Amino acid sequence: MTDVLDPVSTGRAKPGNADLRAVAMRPVLETPGWWWPAVVVLGAVVVLGVVAWVYQVANGLGVAGYGDGAFWAIYEANLVAFIGVSYGGAVVSAILRLTHAEWRAPLTRIAEATALVTLPIGMVFIIPHLGSPSRVWELVWPTYWNLSSPILWDFFAVSTYLLATIVFFYLPLIPDAAIALERFDVEPTSGRLRVRQSLYRVLVGRFGGTPYERRRLNGAIGLVAIMIIPMAVSVHSVLSFAFASSSRAGYLETILPVYFVVAALYSGVALVVLTVAASRRLFHLEAFITPRHFVRLGFLMIAFGAAYLYLTFTEYLIDGYSGTTGAAAWVYQIVAGRYAIPFWLYFFAGGVIPLVIMAFRRLRTTTGVVVASTLVVLSLWIKRLVIVIPPATEPLVNSPLKSAGVLAGNWGTYHFTWVPISITVAATAAIPLLLLVVFRFVPILSMAEIEEIDEAHERATVQEVGA
Amino acid sequence: MTTTHDDETRMDDGERDDLTVAAVTIGRRGLLRAAALGGIGLGVLGALTETVAAASQPATTTPSSPTKQWCMIIDLRLCNGCKLCTTACQTAHYLHEDQTWMNVYTMQNAAGEDYFMPRPCMMCEDPACVPVCPVGANFRTDEGLVLVDQNKCIGTRICMNACPYDARYFNWTAPLPAPRQPFKQEPEWPVPQVIGTVGKCINCAAMLPSGQLPECVSNCPMGVLYFGDLTSDVAVNGMGATVKISTFLAENDAVVFKEEYGTHPRVYYIPGHGQDLNNNPSAS
Repeated sequence: MTDVLDPVSTGRAKPGNADLRAVAMRPVLETPGWWWPAVVVLGAVVVLGVVAWVYQVANGLGVAGYGDGAFWAIYEANLVAFIGVSYGGAVVSAILRLTHAEWRAPLTRIAEATALVTLPIGMVFIIPHLGSPSRVWELVWPTYWNLSSPILWDFFAVSTYLLATIVFFYLPLIPDAAIALERFDVEPTSGRLRVRQSLYRVLVGRFGGTPYERRRLNGAIGLVAIMIIPMAVSVHSVLSFAFASSSRAGYLETILPVYFVVAALYSGVALVVLTVAASRRLFHLEAFITPRHFVRLGFLMIAFGAAYLYLTFTEYLIDGYSGTTGAAAWVYQIVAGRYAIPFWLYFFAGGVIPLVIMAFRRLRTTTGVVVASTLVVLSLWIKRLVIVIPPATEPLVNSPLKSAGVLAGNWGTYHFTWVPISITVAATAAIPLLLLVVFRFVPILSMAEIEEIDEAHERATVQEVGA
Repeated sequence: MTTTHDDETRMDDGERDDLTVAAVTIGRRGLLRAAALGGIGLGVLGALTETVAAASQPATTTPSSPTKQWCMIIDLRLCNGCKLCTTACQTAHYLHEDQTWMNVYTMQNAAGEDYFMPRPCMMCEDPACVPVCPVGANFRTDEGLVLVDQNKCIGTRICMNACPYDARYFNWTAPLPAPRQPFKQEPEWPVPQVIGTVGKCINCAAMLPSGQLPECVSNCPMGVLYFGDLTSDVAVNGMGATVKISTFLAENDAVVFKEEYGTHPRVYYIPGHGQDLNNNPSAS
């Protein structure tokens, strides 16, 4: 075995199985010095968000800057943005798995874990979004269901997707848990070991690792990978229906479902780049995750980015050109009116600059890709605000002759206050917090997957040499 | 606002039309509830139910007792923009100042002069707000009133998104305290309002059975607002003037607001821009 970068394989220098297992299990076995301080700080931020939410419950949604002139705003944008980024895990893992892109192997666990934590965080935004959160149980109580409501479709779709995400995280974990259990197959010396031991026993179940079982497991993973892609497409489409199935200019867009799916892919891959980069640095995965991975993820991301720019362009061009009162006024407000600053911020920071970074070899370094991904995640959140807020602030009763009123005067305004900002920051802090917790229990690399691909390559090499 | 030529026909066989509408509504609601209980999937239901419900209604069905079909007529020729309707409404329902269930918009005519347009809830025959509510807090009564159950509303505000008339107002903060009311807190009399739920014009539903006019109508000093019943074809305004609805609407080229949205409002506007204010017989 030569110690070179193998471009067709996992793209890593091959340090052998023992090294792989040691590196993948290190975050589980050892507590780095920064771990507890990081968890405490992130946890404090999350607690602050909960405090802000309690304040909002006591005083009404008005303290979050809402009003009849802006009935949907930051919470709805967060719902879309957080559920959107969870798509990254599905893509990197499922699509690359189905296309047999073997370089994915060291990334899948981190990508799936990102999906696993961001999706519930996105779902939690239903709670601050609701005016009467104490009645949220009506959404799960069938006698209350009104099946013609797009919000209920949303709820069903996202819940189903959550289930699929959990299964898709769990299945590849089974052989890894078996490997991990080998490490703990000693008399537990501490409570910590005992907890992990019993966790892995539960996860492994009756999986014994025979070739037959592994074939069946891989079959199951492939099936879920196929299922999760249309499921993710439908979730982000259905999410857009809550907006698009109305008569309001700016929401009533047949392009919106596609738009939501592409935005989710774009921001999702960007977030996977960030979590992969952070994990690589913090847990010393450099031997397995190489600069090549970042460049490849960057290309994947930018393909979606270009598609998203294209969709944005067609949407605004056609609606603006139509000249109909509602749609044209809405486009005017976005490109040249009161929402121009956030829109152009998205356009340059989230559309053009990442394209430029990925276009030049000198710029698309690991740092370059991470910078581009940061810009994408942030500006796609801003873009979600630009999608959600303008139509919700649009005046619907207008004098046909007061065109100035349509363009400027009567529009509602959303005022950002500390309450939703605290909750948003808390939700953002919850992503690394939950990931840190997840990787305390779960091997950070998909050991079985990497070893399987390596074994296949070795067999191929042996056959070549033999022939 | 567009002129409607259907209005006349709609009025002529108004009674039969309205009864059918009421029956279909019951059928649709019942079927949706059955579907929810049975756990049937979503999707095409919206389109399907109407056909199924309509088909399953025997042609000879008549309700056990005749119902009223409430409607409102707004004569824009007479409105001077005093907003006493808005004030009366807010006083009666203990609303915040920006909760203008009966809102008076300032519009502009071709000569560049301002005129006024009161906008209550349109009490649509096909309301956009009702089907979108995830928990069924919006409903339409047999008498044609679209109401909100504030003890059910979870505050998603998707109905505010759906309404093409901006007629819905949320309780973003604590509602004004209200003294003990003659009616209990119910969709027909949502006083006091409930924080975190949506509210809207109710045509003062609880006052109607005792023959009282909605607050806005009885408090309009110009006689702009008429309230009436389509089944008996009679409407009255706050000045005591009585009109035969079908004739009044036809003779004055009445229109409905945003007819193109397909909501079939039960509020009819008589086009105008306050031109009759100077020779108004009922104004003192």
